[in-house]
Amino acid sequence: MNVFAEIFRPGIMDFLIQTGIVLVKAVIVVGVLMLHVTYATYFERKSIGHMQVRLGPMAVGPHGLLQPIADFIKLFFKEDIIPAQADKPIFFVAPVISIFAGMTAISVIPFFNGFVIANINIGLLFVLAMSSLGAYGIIMAGWSSNSKYSFLGGLRSSAQVVSYEIAMGLSLVGVMMMAGSLNLTDIVKAQEQYPLGFFWPQALGFFVFLVAAFAETNRTPFDLPEAESELVAGYFTEYSGMRFALFYVAEYIGMIMMSLIAITCFLGGWNGPFAIPYVPFAWLLIKLYCFIFLFYWVRATVPRYRYDQLMSLGWKILIPLALLNIVVTGLVKVL
Amino acid sequence: MIIALAFGLGSLLVGMLVRPRRPYREKLLPYESGNPPIGEPRVRFSVKFYIIAMLFVVFDVEAIFLYPWAVTFDKIGLYAFVEMVLFIIILLVGYIYAWKKDAFRWDE
Repeated sequence: MNVFAEIFRPGIMDFLIQTGIVLVKAVIVVGVLMLHVTYATYFERKSIGHMQVRLGPMAVGPHGLLQPIADFIKLFFKEDIIPAQADKPIFFVAPVISIFAGMTAISVIPFFNGFVIANINIGLLFVLAMSSLGAYGIIMAGWSSNSKYSFLGGLRSSAQVVSYEIAMGLSLVGVMMMAGSLNLTDIVKAQEQYPLGFFWPQALGFFVFLVAAFAETNRTPFDLPEAESELVAGYFTEYSGMRFALFYVAEYIGMIMMSLIAITCFLGGWNGPFAIPYVPFAWLLIKLYCFIFLFYWVRATVPRYRYDQLMSLGWKILIPLALLNIVVTGLVKVL
Repeated sequence: MIIALAFGLGSLLVGMLVRPRRPYREKLLPYESGNPPIGEPRVRFSVKFYIIAMLFVVFDVEAIFLYPWAVTFDKIGLYAFVEMVLFIIILLVGYIYAWKKDAFRWDE
């Protein structure tokens, strides 16, 4: 058979077109995501500045609006220092794994009805798998840097992420029971009959998920892995330049990812109290901005936990609460 | 997935082309507040971390075990619910044992 007939067979063309559409969607989402990450840093500095009666960045551009772009260019041209005793291959791979885990998890989130990069049936399981993959980036960075601060930061962080992973996984079981599916689009559609999404029937699960999400993304009050007053910068102490930037971006992507999962699983996804014409993703964005603001608000308000308090909160309070939530949800559904 | 990987690697590659590279010995030492580093960086650490790792394996497998049950919950009804409550109770016995053995205590 000649080659052209093989290439232009209908099946192959269809496959190519499908792949092309997925690639275009992925590029759009990554572009929008990076824009959000850059301006999330600006928004964080501004809002925390105002909460502490400061102005925040003001110098670059009107009201400091060009600050994140200036930061990015600066980091891009910085020297990339690799410590002489570092474990080089692992040191190289760690930041890439960190950013890869966060970005890949976003590919299963439905942004509005019908727009999702990969509409797979095990969406929620995939998200959990990717968020636990992020722990590898952290522990590899901590180990390979060959520095005491990085090592201790990596240890603390992996123990913390691993502990809260359980609470988070258990808190989502209630959502799966209500929706009867792991596909995130189906989960959003199952919430249409509830006025507040799954927030009201799953209030306990939402609370556990929220606390676990703060701990998983290493945000205050659980930012012990990078407690700057004791560990300098935790697991990425030895990183500089673009590699540091990748960790930084990965942290913000993790934050956005956790907010998106909370919105899709508990707050009704792209649905809102009324439909906004022409902009099907408007409600999702509004909820996302509120959520990100919540992260900053908590950072400006709550002091950091001590490590033993953090561990006992995770193991002694959140896991029993999540189990209780599962049993209560089951009872209500059965009766 | 590929795009995410390409973004991570691509930004590193482009960065490699433009940034300066002037290493010298002090710069390449691990950071220890400006002092020369003392001793081995990979110190022995608390046994608590190992205990947490083992408990994580147990509880995570259990959480994964709950997922298929939760997804098909509508179809399997009361019988499966009672079975799962029994499973959770057995798990709770182990959990209480770990608690009583002070596996979750970090403040001594």
